[in-house]
Amino acid sequence: MEYEAVIGLEVHVQVKTHSKMFCGCKNEFGAPPNTHTCPVCLGMPGVLPTPNLEAVKKTVLTGLMLGCEINRICKFDRKSYFYPDMPKNYQISQYDQPLCLDGGVVLGKYAFPKDAQKDPIASAKKNVRLIRIHLEEDVAKSFHFETTSGIDFNRAGTPLMEIVTQADIASPEEAFAFLSTLQQTLSQARISDADMEKGQLRCDCNISVRPKGQLEFGTKCEIKNMNSISGVRRAVAYEITRQIQTISNGGKISQETRRWDDAAGQTYLMRTKEQAHDYRYFPDPDLMPMRTDLGLVESMKQQMPETPSMREERYMRDYALNDYDASVLSSDIDLSHYFEGVLNAAQGDRQKVAKAIANFIINDLLGLLGGADQTLADCKIMPEHFGGLVSCVDAGKISSKQAKEVFVEMFATGKEPSTIIQEKGMVQISDEGALESFAKQAIEANPKSVDDYRAGKMAALNALKGQAIKLSKGKANPQLIGEVLEKLLNA
Amino acid sequence: MELFFETLTGLREKLATKKVSPTEVLDALKKRVEAVEPSIRAFNHIDWETARAEAAALTPEDLAKPLGGVPVAIKDVMAVKGQPLTCSSRILKGFVSPYDACVIEKLRAAGAIPLGRANMDEFAMGSSTENSADGPTHNPWDTGRIPGGSSGGSAACVSADEAIVALGSDTGGSIRQPAALCGCVGLKPTYGRVSRYGLVAFASSLDQIGPLSKTVEDSARILQVIAGHDARDNTSAAEPVPDYLSGLNQGVKGLKLGVPKEYFIHGIDPEVEKIIRDAIQHLSDLGAEIVDISLPHTNYALASYYIVAPAEASANLARFDGVRYGARVKDGKDVIDTYCRTREKGFGSEVKRRIILGTYVLSSGYYDAYYLRAQKVRTLIRRDFSEAFGKCDAILTPTTPTPAFKIGEKTEDPMQMYLADVFTIAVNMAGICGLSLPCGFAAQGKHGRLPVGLQIIGKAFDEATLLRVGQAYEQSTEWRKERPACA
Repeated sequence: MEYEAVIGLEVHVQVKTHSKMFCGCKNEFGAPPNTHTCPVCLGMPGVLPTPNLEAVKKTVLTGLMLGCEINRICKFDRKSYFYPDMPKNYQISQYDQPLCLDGGVVLGKYAFPKDAQKDPIASAKKNVRLIRIHLEEDVAKSFHFETTSGIDFNRAGTPLMEIVTQADIASPEEAFAFLSTLQQTLSQARISDADMEKGQLRCDCNISVRPKGQLEFGTKCEIKNMNSISGVRRAVAYEITRQIQTISNGGKISQETRRWDDAAGQTYLMRTKEQAHDYRYFPDPDLMPMRTDLGLVESMKQQMPETPSMREERYMRDYALNDYDASVLSSDIDLSHYFEGVLNAAQGDRQKVAKAIANFIINDLLGLLGGADQTLADCKIMPEHFGGLVSCVDAGKISSKQAKEVFVEMFATGKEPSTIIQEKGMVQISDEGALESFAKQAIEANPKSVDDYRAGKMAALNALKGQAIKLSKGKANPQLIGEVLEKLLNA
Repeated sequence: MELFFETLTGLREKLATKKVSPTEVLDALKKRVEAVEPSIRAFNHIDWETARAEAAALTPEDLAKPLGGVPVAIKDVMAVKGQPLTCSSRILKGFVSPYDACVIEKLRAAGAIPLGRANMDEFAMGSSTENSADGPTHNPWDTGRIPGGSSGGSAACVSADEAIVALGSDTGGSIRQPAALCGCVGLKPTYGRVSRYGLVAFASSLDQIGPLSKTVEDSARILQVIAGHDARDNTSAAEPVPDYLSGLNQGVKGLKLGVPKEYFIHGIDPEVEKIIRDAIQHLSDLGAEIVDISLPHTNYALASYYIVAPAEASANLARFDGVRYGARVKDGKDVIDTYCRTREKGFGSEVKRRIILGTYVLSSGYYDAYYLRAQKVRTLIRRDFSEAFGKCDAILTPTTPTPAFKIGEKTEDPMQMYLADVFTIAVNMAGICGLSLPCGFAAQGKHGRLPVGLQIIGKAFDEATLLRVGQAYEQSTEWRKERPACA
């Protein structure tokens, strides 16, 4: 029997803010343990939470970027359970009135893993619908030593966004594409660095399988503890196989939470449904409900940055870039800014120049950066210089082949293109007198071609042009030398 | 007259004119505490040394401030930096607060000296101060009786002149009920009037800090200092704070005072009812117009309160787990065992009863039937009051159905204990303000004299009217001059 997988994700994203969600402590990763704490985030007796407006705004912004509806009135609720990493033994979260509802993430072809981009689903522009996005506080971090445990409360109370999808995802590759698109969107808008390896983006996957064509869902398992997007792909793939095998062998899937071990490449049972918590949600009486319709949503709409997918479309529309180029250039905000900076500095036809810049970036620059183990921030090529180089080619001052050589030199030294062109003696000869002398030499040395031309064979002109350029040691401006030759032959 | 008999208003005059020094005031209070505390037990702890150091550090400018040099007793539920904060619970034994509550900051800024940790029912849950890990406080009018609760220590220390004035907290009557039973003035401000930052939460949507004092004017002076918006308390109101003293002596002529029929119910002590009726007549004689009103949902206040308050408490008290602070059992098998046994040992039975009740009503499947429904009842109670305030400026009721009862009399019957707050709870549920002040004595108890309190209920943020009515009554009667037997 053929089976299909049904997958929904719950994604936790650390929101990049100056201070924590409900107190004034710094929201900073990597500080010595328990240095960013105060009575509020330690849950001392008598303290009260004060909501962080910056986190609320960033969550609203996320919602707007992902096409969500922003709840007009939302509130915070208490989610109760006991755990040492939770100072109050309840978490301030949002239950039935979250900040954002609905919305979705469209999976672009190049968000899929490289080896899956040829799959037709990658080109289908599938929309993974969201159920909600809500804001809550993160818990502390536990460390387990040989005989004792330690808790670092620096993370306790930092703002955390939870994004919940519909069960729209059908494969490990789609889960990968969803997370990489989300990661790009959030990091580009400076909402979160969303780095899974640093725990800034954490993902729980709800997975079930069912015979193909069956409407009813199978029993789901929740998978936790993936720490990279490719790890999610591996874990989902493993779990789908495990479930199909279990069912095929006559077994039953029981509803449970499983832990992914990336090194072993397996999931392990953590707890079954019988051990599930009753969180006893109720509205947090310490926090007033919030109105978002009194200017907050409007002001965030005005501040809404372009999403990677919006930018990709713009590049294709305005500069006629192909989908691959457009997606690579939109995948990283710094790269997009760099590309547009170069484009602004370059003279010439927009579309032609844009394509030339895209080629340089994708075919040359990214490789050079990779080879030198550098990021764009280290790149010595100033956008103005880059633009100047492209203008030179566009104006016919140097050939594209020469330009590649110049580009490598610019990358290594940061020098201006004109300096390198001069140093290398690459300047094209455009002086009419000089060109005439090369043209005359070519005419004298090739009487047969001259005759052919005069007999009406236009191809003979190209042969003469080649000769003249050769005589100039490749420095003659190809277009101008042609014109000079024609003038002399027709005289 | 001994200094400790002074009112806040009287003492301030002596301090401002340098007739006495803050240190002399402390010395007088210390003498008084040493004399009567063995029979009253109003305090869990008093740090005389710190208080003396703070008194000595007061500058002439400090002494010119509204509360300059005045020691204020603090219920052991509000955080004072460097002082124990136990909430009269074993679970917070040894805990020292690392910060000042907002009200403490405000008191200090006004020149006051926080003095002593007043005893209370554990985590403010109770009506008699018997639910204290430190043992009960005794009523100064009859030490065989309870002082009321949960701010029983605050009421008793003011009544017994161990303190000039005190702060209490009121979730369902915990300021007004002990004030009534100990014969002092107690004010529960409107929800949001005073910041709760630094008040250990019992039921967050009901808790409010307020003064217990010897006179109405003293309460007005304290409220003036502690009221106002605080950015750290999201539920504190941005309402402007009026001058509570300027309108104090306007009298009651022209005011309409409502008397709700639902507050003169079967079960009210006949003597108490008579005293309250006399007080109402007295206010009428002073020129107030008395109008009959109805608060039809009064009957449901107590039941819905005992859903809302425990529900909130069950979450609020979850943090007391021994992990970060407070007492912890040493030999837990694992983390769950450590939690269970720490809380088993740390909490008293009334606190456990309410945590279990609150956990139950919030459980999946029960939420709608209990918590949500109770919140709806709350809306009806609030509506009752807003309709009533269309007909009157303030409402007059007894504060309690009976005078102080005997220690141990109701400890076996929680329902009987809960009924002690039957007249005060609706005010918290509606989020409005209430004042209790002495209005006579029932001829009961060891010495044949037990105080009775008149409750004046006001509109949201209209504490000024309560104080004005209270002042008119108090200044035209002699009750404030009565002293308990322990004096």
